[in-house]
Amino acid sequence: MTWTALLALSAISYALKASGPVLAGGRRLGPQVRRTLDLVAVPLLAALILVQTVGDGHRLVLDARVPALALAAVLVWRRAPFLVVVLAAAATAALLRALA
Amino acid sequence: MDVAIARPPGSAITGALGIGVAVGVYGISFGVLAVASGLSPAQACVMSMLVFTGASQFAFVGVLAGGGGALAAIGPAVMLAVRNAAYGLSLTAILPARLRDRALSAHLVIDETTAMARAQSDPDAARRAFLATGVSVWVFWNAGTLAGALLGGGIGDPRTLGLDAMFPAAFLALLAPQLRRPGAPVAAVAGVAIALALVSFTPAGVPIIAALAGVVPGVLAAKGVRG
Repeated sequence: MTWTALLALSAISYALKASGPVLAGGRRLGPQVRRTLDLVAVPLLAALILVQTVGDGHRLVLDARVPALALAAVLVWRRAPFLVVVLAAAATAALLRALA
Repeated sequence: MDVAIARPPGSAITGALGIGVAVGVYGISFGVLAVASGLSPAQACVMSMLVFTGASQFAFVGVLAGGGGALAAIGPAVMLAVRNAAYGLSLTAILPARLRDRALSAHLVIDETTAMARAQSDPDAARRAFLATGVSVWVFWNAGTLAGALLGGGIGDPRTLGLDAMFPAAFLALLAPQLRRPGAPVAAVAGVAIALALVSFTPAGVPIIAALAGVVPGVLAAKGVRG
């Protein structure tokens, strides 16, 4: 039963990932369609950032992730390198939790 | 893509390795949880290789751990995977044209690869960033799962290392250059507002899928800018 469920989930998961790229084929897309597709990832990633920062199951919580993201935002604004941003966020959250 | 819009966030390879390592640590905790919730190490590893979308996998073993059956565990896992369909659409222009290569790379369409590819300034850089991130995340995620499944408990909580704060910070760094596209700030704010409104009372995954509707005000705003 577990194997069946697991393989079914694998198939569904792959079908979801592949639906867009495979159906669209190598087709050239019109400028309006491309401008719209260029925007598709933006609200999804913004929502993902929110959920990963204040989400905890169905609850919204303010914990060490919030100051960590605030610092990351300042570093992104100051154009710090990617790894610096990410490591600074992890260090901030780790430090705040160690102190708590 | 508009070349003037985005600046590459550092070297794509460094970024890909950095994200890969963080994902690997979560892979270890996935392996531990999967075995603790009743999967065999082989099942945990096959799941990481074939399902390959972290949030769905955690949801699946979470249902099992809570006493639910394996078929009941599919629902929440699928809800969390639906956003990959939207990611696939947004990556259509940069994935390889040959059907076989396209079908293979589609397996790598996840949060990390989409964010990394979309943050690049031109299609070639986006293709390289997508592939580098996809391979790195796949390798580390599966190595982590195997290690966690074999070692079992006794591994610390990744949160004590602040790793849970790494992911939103990474996605923010990758989203920032995209915000220079016309309409993108409006789409981002709308996406956050939709997710915030839904997160407390919808199943996990739904707030992020629903945020897709933020594209509509974004496109309208971009039209307004162009007149």
